[in-house]
Amino acid sequence: MLDLEAALTQGTLGLINGAFYAMLSLGLAVIFGLLNIVNFAHGALYMLGAFVAWGLLTFLGLGYFPALILAPLIVGAIGILLERTVLKPLYKLDHLYGLLATFGVALILEGVLRNEFGVSGMPYAVPPDLRGVVDLGYMFLPRYRGWVVLVSLLVCLGTWYMIEKTRLGAYLRAATENPALVQAFGINVPVMITLTYGFGVALAGLSGVLAAPIYSVNPNMGSSLIIVVFAVVVIGGMGSILGSIITGFALGFIEGMTKVVYPEASTTVVFIIMAIVLLIKPAGLFGRA
Amino acid sequence: MAAPISAPASAQAGLPLPTTGMPRHQVIALAVMVLFFALAPFAGLYSVFLMKVMCFALFACAFNLLLGYVGLLSFGHAAYFGFSSYLAAHAAKAWGFTPELAILFAVAGSALIGLAFGALAIRRQGIYFAMITLALAQMVFFFCLQAPFTGGENGIQSVPRPPLFGFIPMQGDLQVYWLVFALFIGGFLLVYRIVHSPFGQVLKAIRENEPRAISLGYRVDHYKLIAFVLSAALAGLAGAAKAFVVQLASLTDVAWQMSGEVVLMTLVGGMGTMFGPVVGAFTIITMQTYLAEFGAWVTVIQGGIFLLCVLAFRRGIVGEVARLTRKSF
Repeated sequence: MLDLEAALTQGTLGLINGAFYAMLSLGLAVIFGLLNIVNFAHGALYMLGAFVAWGLLTFLGLGYFPALILAPLIVGAIGILLERTVLKPLYKLDHLYGLLATFGVALILEGVLRNEFGVSGMPYAVPPDLRGVVDLGYMFLPRYRGWVVLVSLLVCLGTWYMIEKTRLGAYLRAATENPALVQAFGINVPVMITLTYGFGVALAGLSGVLAAPIYSVNPNMGSSLIIVVFAVVVIGGMGSILGSIITGFALGFIEGMTKVVYPEASTTVVFIIMAIVLLIKPAGLFGRA
Repeated sequence: MAAPISAPASAQAGLPLPTTGMPRHQVIALAVMVLFFALAPFAGLYSVFLMKVMCFALFACAFNLLLGYVGLLSFGHAAYFGFSSYLAAHAAKAWGFTPELAILFAVAGSALIGLAFGALAIRRQGIYFAMITLALAQMVFFFCLQAPFTGGENGIQSVPRPPLFGFIPMQGDLQVYWLVFALFIGGFLLVYRIVHSPFGQVLKAIRENEPRAISLGYRVDHYKLIAFVLSAALAGLAGAAKAFVVQLASLTDVAWQMSGEVVLMTLVGGMGTMFGPVVGAFTIITMQTYLAEFGAWVTVIQGGIFLLCVLAFRRGIVGEVARLTRKSF
């Protein structure tokens, strides 16, 4: 007997995971569009975002809301540094080298933080303004979790608007199609590439700050997540911004529901869906072949 | 035009491809390798360490068959290596299989998974292929974490070493050593044979220019899938052997970090070279053994080596030797 209310409750809670899937796969898609690399360090930079938030609180006494602004900026700056030093020399080579290089970066970041802080993780308190619960009728939703979904929705839609509807976004899309031509029109494509990477990585940093009060801040939080996000990206296809947002939230919801229907499969359901999508529509739900 | 990831050292150095048979310098290299592993346990090197090197060398050779000769980067090879290790351990412990049967069973199992996963993964190319193989491997990881027979976090411990073929005793490390030695050398020669067969030439053609291979009438997907299954089966052979070496099958061998490690070994040794994966496995396992006291710093060092290899040392050790001596290894 399927408990609909329980399933709906878990599905709603799953939307929180979905929020992270959406933001991270969005960042991956934006980076991939222009740089043609899969940023394996995305999970590690998400983790770094959480650590920066924790560090700002512990060492500088800066709370959650300043961290929400500062941590993405700091992580973005680190990303820009990475792009300039590590990724730039690799653009002329096969895309797989970018994957391997960022994998190396992820190992270094995780290893250093694991040495420094161990694997048990540090707590990060939910900000006082966002404590308590909201009554949704079928369930009580912790206010903070609702906030996470809301913020990520806003950020995702904002990113979509910026890329699809503004002049800057038009440059970006043009450079994705044909960087040489766009450069010939006098637009500084290398700077745009650097900033795009910084922006994608900042999204990961922001996700990390949002995640800090939910999951404890620990060095391994990124690596397991990023593999699921890769599956999400394969399911959605990286061609479409809106596609990655929808896929991210939908898969979070489905994953939550699975916890009720068949709990053993909740860790693997995303991978199973990926396999099915590959059989039916190899280019991904929103992808172009 | 992006340079192909895996142009072999020989092509980079503008060398003639080997004609028929094994060229003399490769015969010498092979003899050195065989002699090294045959004599090293008597020269004071710890036999379990050497067996681990051989298992990982075979694993890396299997992985290199895909990356180096078909140009496919699988980021989930731990699935075949680790799951096979579980299968062999379970067959030996729960069912009382003799080593050769347990290994055969495990290899068949990993080949089957390779067939299923390969068929899915080759539907996409390039980085998607890497992401798909990684995600599928993670599925195997969670399966191993939850399945009743794998022992969860504990793994399958104290795997027995029953007599080989039912009558050759396998109790001592040195007895297992010769089994692993035979499997490693056999596996290495098999990879050599595959790479230098007409089939292997088609694989290299796919790596260099897939559309052209298609236009020449080759069923590229069949070739890729067969290569994938062969690679998975050989990785499984390495994993099954390892279960008898350390008498343990654990989550470490099936986790994504292991998939990364085999990429690193191949990269360090030289992808697309015959002896590169062996040299790479030796280097990385030596490093892990002697730097074990530094704990998590090993991960940092490995990450650093990854970066160094990708940024400045893409040919790897054997690739550089090949370039300097103008011979392919």
